[in-house]
Formats: sequence, structure tokens, C-alpha cells
Amino acid sequence: MLIIKDLKASINNKEILKGINLKVNAGEVHAIMGPNGSGKSTLASVLTGREYVEVTHGKVSYFGEDLLEMIPEDRARKGIFLSFQYPIEIPGVSMVNFMKTALNEHRKFNGLAPLSASDFLKVMRDKKNLVEIDSNLTNRAVNEGFSGGEKKKNEIFQMALLEPKLAILDETDSGLDIDALRIVANGVNKLRTKENATIVITHYQRLLDHIVPDFVHVLMDGRIVKSGTKELAYQLEEKGYDWIKKEVYPELNGNEVL
Amino acid sequence: MSETTNIYSSLYQQSIEKYGASDPGFISKLREDALNLLTKNGFPGKKDEQYKYSFLEPYFSNGYNRYLAPKPISFDVNHLFRCDVPALDTQVIILLNGFYFDKANPLKTLAGGIIVGSFKEAVKKHPDLVEKYLGKCANSTDSYVALNTALAHDGIFLYVPKGKLLEKPIQIINVLLSDEDLMVQHRNLFILEENSQAKVIVCDHTLSPVKFLTNSVNEIFVGENACFDYFKVQNEHNESVQVSHSFINQEKASNCRSTTITLHGGVVRNNLTVKLNGEGCENYAYGLFVSDENQKVDNALFIDHAKPNCHSSQLFKAILDDSSSGAFTGKILVERDAQKTLAYQRNSSILMTDNAKMNSKPQLEIYADDVKCSHGATVGQLDEEALFYLRSRGITESEARLMLMYAFAFEILNEIKIEPLKDRMSELIEKRLRGELSRCNNCEMHCS
Repeated sequence: MLIIKDLKASINNKEILKGINLKVNAGEVHAIMGPNGSGKSTLASVLTGREYVEVTHGKVSYFGEDLLEMIPEDRARKGIFLSFQYPIEIPGVSMVNFMKTALNEHRKFNGLAPLSASDFLKVMRDKKNLVEIDSNLTNRAVNEGFSGGEKKKNEIFQMALLEPKLAILDETDSGLDIDALRIVANGVNKLRTKENATIVITHYQRLLDHIVPDFVHVLMDGRIVKSGTKELAYQLEEKGYDWIKKEVYPELNGNEVL
Repeated sequence: MSETTNIYSSLYQQSIEKYGASDPGFISKLREDALNLLTKNGFPGKKDEQYKYSFLEPYFSNGYNRYLAPKPISFDVNHLFRCDVPALDTQVIILLNGFYFDKANPLKTLAGGIIVGSFKEAVKKHPDLVEKYLGKCANSTDSYVALNTALAHDGIFLYVPKGKLLEKPIQIINVLLSDEDLMVQHRNLFILEENSQAKVIVCDHTLSPVKFLTNSVNEIFVGENACFDYFKVQNEHNESVQVSHSFINQEKASNCRSTTITLHGGVVRNNLTVKLNGEGCENYAYGLFVSDENQKVDNALFIDHAKPNCHSSQLFKAILDDSSSGAFTGKILVERDAQKTLAYQRNSSILMTDNAKMNSKPQLEIYADDVKCSHGATVGQLDEEALFYLRSRGITESEARLMLMYAFAFEILNEIKIEPLKDRMSELIEKRLRGELSRCNNCEMHCS
């Protein structure tokens, strides 16, 4: 589905990603872990097409197409979804209008007729139950005045509506209490199929108890320095990142130079 | 005396010859004083602080035709005009080129002794009432106001007696229709006595592709505990120039809301002057304009807190595209006696292009020591983060921009308390933002 080859990217001429290689197949869940500033969110930004990140080298192919050539809205319509680390508040735009517009743009792209208002509300009701989102949240403006947990639930709700092929969850667990975390994780799990894939970006192993990954990658200083199974996540939780640093850069002798 | 003021001095002489004998003495006096003020001060120059961003004298010296009485024009109101807000249940009155249109019924008395109709007729029929109020509120030294006082002969008169409630909103349609370039001046006088209530909706329409210049004055008296809601939509074509003045005087515990939405118009200058002249008044003022091409829209406010415990709030927003420019000046004066004043002011603008320009100047002048006041101004672009958020869900960039602009405008639209009007305005704004003509569909009047 997704093949990233030797991807390098900079922000304001500072190189953040220094050669990423990653292959994601349908049906898989990949976790990307790593310390602050290692480039996790930048990777998500490159995949969704943020303009401030400049790709300097490498290729990303998505279902055989050059992903980097696509504008953000086309990526979304072709099935890429980002659950934002910090969902944006948009006063004055109602959730209903926002999601109806988005869903109908997806349908148009796939050659389907737009949903009528009543059909849309029906779809929305079904998906709301799926992710256990409070029904009055959808009557409000996009994320306006939502609590941290509500915002994250709202991301998963949007994901449920748009049914992406590749979902990227950027620190979806940050700031969530255990109940909200469980709801969010349940939502994600219910949406998993053999046809879609998920990339979970996180700091903590906690989320991975609920969304069990097939692969865990450690991102450090702009490179994936270690890959493994979910066991790797437990090791990281237990020992932190330093031991990997020593393993990967033995010449540093554990000193912070990165 | 400048050349421009000369034009009006000679027009004034004609006016005296024509109406001097029939005008009541107090009117003649007001007119004479106003003309003297105008000839003494002249029109505001380029360096005038009040009109820094609107140098209008050239328009006033231009070759517009000026009339002291309505020119006979065939105008079939039923054929030409159907208000396109069908659910809007209002009493419609029409000003044609600044003169009261319905000559058969120049002044109507409604249930409860409410009087509505032609200003000119009211001067004849109710001189005492007019004398008590006229010019008491619009007492500024502004030359455009003086010009209006000296030479405006007609307009709308509304009188709501003590304790009475105007059931249906009055809807004033300002129709401009002419085969030659035309200058129009009208004078509206709204009087709400103690405990009364009224709503007024004003729509501007230009029906001919000629140049129009309008200089209008509203005087609004809101009596003790009275309630007044004023809504104006400016939808003239882009060859027109409009200067409008609204003066509001509020007595104790009264409540007044005013909303001005500017959709089209070449050059628009709106002055709003509010005096909170009794304890416990509330005043809310809202404004929104959407401009493109070379439009110029300038809103100037002056809110005078003269008495304690009053609350005022002003929210003005703008979306400027192409090479349009805008200005906002908002001054809140809190006088020494006006303790416990609450006054809030905000002006936010979005510039869509590098060529669009906005000047914003909020001002506070406070002489009391126990007040809560705040003001702020922002000029910026659409939020890139929000734009990306919408696009990342598959919404096209142009649609996403539109949604954000609409959301920005919605804060003002949401303050329109007459539901059908709010819905209609929302539609018009959306069309306007899409770059379509936002004239009313069912109406034969081709406003834009």
C-alpha cells in the first residue's frame, strides 16, 4: 500500500527526516515510536501534504502512485486520513456541515451521488454510536470548546465517517484519560479491516495495549533505527530510549550528542 | 468659501425660494445654521482626522444632478419590487431617490397612535413633535451632516408613543432609479418614547447603471426603557457613493441594537454616533462588510458613555478581496460620571490578497475610575492551520476557504435576531463570498 524510500525532508532548511524507509501493507498496524523531536510528526506531515515541510530526497508511493505529487485533498480522497495531534478549532463551521461537505467530496471523487441531508444524518448517527461520541458534540462548531478527549474522539469519529485506507494516528493518546483512551482505541479497532492499514505514532506503549501493532519502529534523529514486533514497545517502556541510542550509536558511549 | 460649498449655497437659495415660506420657523433656523456651518468649515480635507481614509469632497463637487423635489419617474412598485425574504413579515415603505414614494398616504397612523410616513409630511402635520427632536441628536459639526440638515427635504418619520409596540418591523427600501447621475439626501427621524418598542430594517437598492451619491442622516431617540432594533443592508452597485450617519440617543435603561451589513457599493462611509444618556442603557453595534475590486468601506463609531452602569459592545468584521480597502475607527468615551461602565469593542478583518488594505483604529478615552473596558483589532489572513485541517478531510481548497470566510462572517450574522432575515443574509453573504451577485432572486430590482 505505502512504500517510503529513503525519504529526507526539511523544515526551514533544517533537515528533520534523514532517510526513512518503511513499507506498510493492507491489514497491518505499524507503530512509530521515538523521543520528542525525532521527526514523528514531520513524517505524518509529509504523508498528508503539509506545505511547510520540504521533501528534499526520496520517494513515497501509495498504491503505486507518487504520493508526494498529490495535493492534500486528493490524498484524503484516495484514503489517507490523519488524526491530528492538535485538532484545530474552527468557530462558525458546524460539525455537520464540515463532515457532510467532506463526505460528499469523497463520494464525488469516487463517482457516487452526494448523500441527501437525511441519509447523511443516518450515516452520522451510526458512526457516532461506533465511536461513542456524545451526540451534542456533532451539533457544535468544529472542535470549538471541546475538551482534549472530545477532540480526539472527534478525530476518530471523522475517521469512521470517511473510512480511510491508511489512517495515521498522530499522538492520539496524548492527554487522554484511560476511559477516553479505551473509547478511542475501540473505535480504531472496530474500523480495522483486511483492506486498510494504520500507522500509530506515539510516545507511550500504553496505547499499544489497546491497538496492538504488527510492527514497531523506533524513530530517532530522523531515521528508523530499529524495527521489531510489539515486544520492542515493552522494552522501550521499560528501559527508555537510551539503550537503543547506545546500540545504534556505540561510538557515542551513551553521551547526548544527537 | 470653496467651490464645492458654493454649489450647495446656491442650491440652498433655491430651496429658500421654493420652501422658505412654507417651512416652519425652527426648520428654517436649523437649515440656516447648518449652511453657515458648512460654508464656514467646508468639506473635510485629506488631513481631517475624522475622514482620514475617506476623502469624499470630489464626489460632492462632481456633476451629480440634485433635486429639491422628486422628479416624476414612472415606477411600478408592484411590478418591480417583491421583497425576497418571503417569511419576513414587515410593513414596507419606499423612499424613491430619497423622497417618500406613496403620495396617496404620506403619513399613516397605526394602532396605538404610532405614526409612520414621510418626514416632509410630518413636519407639516406634527411640527411640535418634530421640533422637539430634530437636530437634537445630530448636533455634530460634521459638514456632511450639516449639508443634510440644510438641504434634505424628505425621508422617513416614525413615532412610537409611550408604552406602544410596533407589531411588524418597518422595512424601508431605499430605491435609487434615475436616467442621469444623481445625488440624494434623505433625513430619517425615529422617535421611541418611554417603554416602546420598534424594529426597522433598511435595504438599499440601485436600479439604474448611473452614478449615485447618497448623504443620509438617521436620528434615533430611544426613550426610557424603550427597545430599538435597527438593521441595514447596503447593496448599492459599485458606481455609487454613500455617506450615512446614524445618531442614537438613549435614555435610562433603554436597549438598542444596530447592525450594518455592506455587500456592495463603490465608496461607503458609515458613521455611528451613540450617546448613552441615562443609567443602565445597553447598546450593541455590529457591522460586517465584504468587499472586492476597488471598493472602499469605512466605518466610524463614536460611543459616548455619559451616565453610569451602561453597557456597550461593538463588533465589526470585514473580508477584503482584490484591491479593496477598508477602515475602522471606533472611539469609546467614558465620561467622569459614567462609573461601572462596561464597554467592549472588537474589529477583525481578513485580507484575501496582498493588495487589499485595512486601517483599524480602536480608541478608548476614559475619565471615570471604576469601569471595565476593552478593545482590540486584528488584521490577518485566513488561518492556514484550519485551512489544512479542512483540506486534509478531502475538501477542496476553494471550498475550504469559503467555509472559513463564511465562519468568520457568521459571528455577525448570528447576531441578527430576526430569523428569516438572518437566513437570507447568510445566503447572500455566502453567494457574495462565492463571487456571485448577491442580489435578491425573486426581486425584479437589479441591485448589483
